[in-house]
Amino acid sequence: MDPIIKTEKLTHVYGAGTPFEHTAIDGIDFEAERGEFIGIIGHTGSGKSTFIQHLNGLIKPTSGRVLLDGHDIFETKERTRETRFRVGLVFQYPEYQLFEETVYKDISFGPKNMKLSEREIDERVREAAGFAGLSEDTFEKSPFDLSGGQKRRTAIAGVMAMRPEVLIFDEPTAGLDPSGCKELMTNIMNYREKTGTTIIMVSHSMEDVARTADRLLVFKNAHIVMQGSPSDVFSHVAELKTMGLTVPRVTLVALRLRELGLPIPKDIYTVEHLKNAIVQLREEGYHA
Amino acid sequence: MLKDVTLGQFFPGDTVVHRLDPRTKLILVIVYIVALFAAKTYAAYALVMIVLIVCVSLSQIRFTTIMKGVKPILIVILITGILNLFFTQGEHVIFRLWKLTMTWEGVRTAALMILRLIMLINGTFLLTYTTSPIALTDGLELLLSPLKKLRFPVHELAMMMSIALRFIPTLIEETDKIMSAQKARGADFDTGGIVQRAKAMLPLLVPLFVSAFRRADELSVAMESRCYHGGEGRTRMKKLTFARRDFGALILGAVFLAAVFALNRVWK
Ligand SMILES: Nc1ncnc2c1ncn2[C@@H]1O[C@H](COP(=O)(O)OP(=O)(O)O)[C@@H](O)[C@H]1O
Ligand SMILES: [Mg+2]
Repeated sequence: MDPIIKTEKLTHVYGAGTPFEHTAIDGIDFEAERGEFIGIIGHTGSGKSTFIQHLNGLIKPTSGRVLLDGHDIFETKERTRETRFRVGLVFQYPEYQLFEETVYKDISFGPKNMKLSEREIDERVREAAGFAGLSEDTFEKSPFDLSGGQKRRTAIAGVMAMRPEVLIFDEPTAGLDPSGCKELMTNIMNYREKTGTTIIMVSHSMEDVARTADRLLVFKNAHIVMQGSPSDVFSHVAELKTMGLTVPRVTLVALRLRELGLPIPKDIYTVEHLKNAIVQLREEGYHA
Repeated sequence: MLKDVTLGQFFPGDTVVHRLDPRTKLILVIVYIVALFAAKTYAAYALVMIVLIVCVSLSQIRFTTIMKGVKPILIVILITGILNLFFTQGEHVIFRLWKLTMTWEGVRTAALMILRLIMLINGTFLLTYTTSPIALTDGLELLLSPLKKLRFPVHELAMMMSIALRFIPTLIEETDKIMSAQKARGADFDTGGIVQRAKAMLPLLVPLFVSAFRRADELSVAMESRCYHGGEGRTRMKKLTFARRDFGALILGAVFLAAVFALNRVWK
């Protein structure tokens, strides 16, 4: 099957021609299959946010192309605009973009811009709020009166309500407490299961993406330096560490056990994995 | 787009111009402006321009960068030019059209006025390009400190200025971010009539104000919890000191001003 979204030699230079010239991404070739869940990790400043803002046409590449369903999204103005609705982007700290008087109105901002009918809008707002984990009794409240977590859910619902084919998150769990993170990740996984949306998620939390992504991309200094399944990527612990990335803690535990001489596989990245590996060792009659 | 606003932007560097004490630079900019407005003859104008070019070269800032500062007020400059062109009284008429008269005197005045405005902006931008905002407000505070005797709130003014300058880039960045976020939800800031455009600004302005107030609140808490209580007894982390180059620069500034006045008399 053809990839739903694809980039060719995508390069972006900020402040070209000034003393602050900086190449934020350099020749990125990327493809996402329909329904895939892609995790993007990388140190701060490695170009992740710049990259994903190209995917819905918010930033124009200095060179290279972005193809949605095989068509260049910058071909005409109309196409770029249409892309905004087909590729949803939830920014980092999206709660700072809320502006309407009520939660309901804020969530309906996107669908309204799509010029949908009242009925269609209403249906989408309710559906999106459900996916984002917002109860309907918040609808008439001011978004500014909500808790931090609820604000973020409102903002996420606002993008989900456009029913994008590709949904991109930039660090969706940043600044949430552990239980908030977990709930949000569950909501997102649930949303994906029900809608089949392609998801691209930038995350600083290795645990989050390790457990959920089909494929991981590792960004470093404007390039993709590593990609593959989570187990591929996390079997390169030493390299990840030199990039200043934190590896899931259980991967470190597994690594330490290997160093101590236990024949545990290299690609452990969830507690579940490690448990299974240890149970298997016991069954094989291994005693420490 | 908003990134083009370079007002108050500082380009770090290590040239003589960068190293001068901010007080020296402030005084020299005033000297420069006085000279610019005092210049009446071509020779005097030429001298001011040469001095500007030498200073910009010394600072190693590109001329194109310096010229960028002119862009935001190009309209003002053009209107000034046009007004001067048609409303200057003169004898040597080029043409008459209904009530408009264009004279050679008008052309001359307009050209000089445009040149003067552009050079005025270039000079002041050279100051902000080569002096960090902190150094600039520190310098201003020290220069104005005699006014404290008259109970003029010099410290508070300088503090307000440095906070404002500090937050200009932050607010620009924030505006860009919110704009992008709303565009991602299909907001359209560039098309439609005036009413429609004004309405389209709402999703930008509300979050911007909310965040500005939040920042102000956080900053005041942070300042108070570090016992900030105004200028009394405050010491500085970086003490400004006049070096030999500052005295040299000030002397050159005085010579320059005198030369401009002299040239005004010599070549009429
Ligand atoms: N609007 C901008 N103007 C200039 N430079 C920028 C801008 N946005 C990001 N950068 C620079 O581009 C690089 C990549 O930034 P970004 O894409 O935000 O990285 P990440 O999301 O991985 O932290 C950084 O060095 C950053 O300073
Ligand atoms: Mg980022």
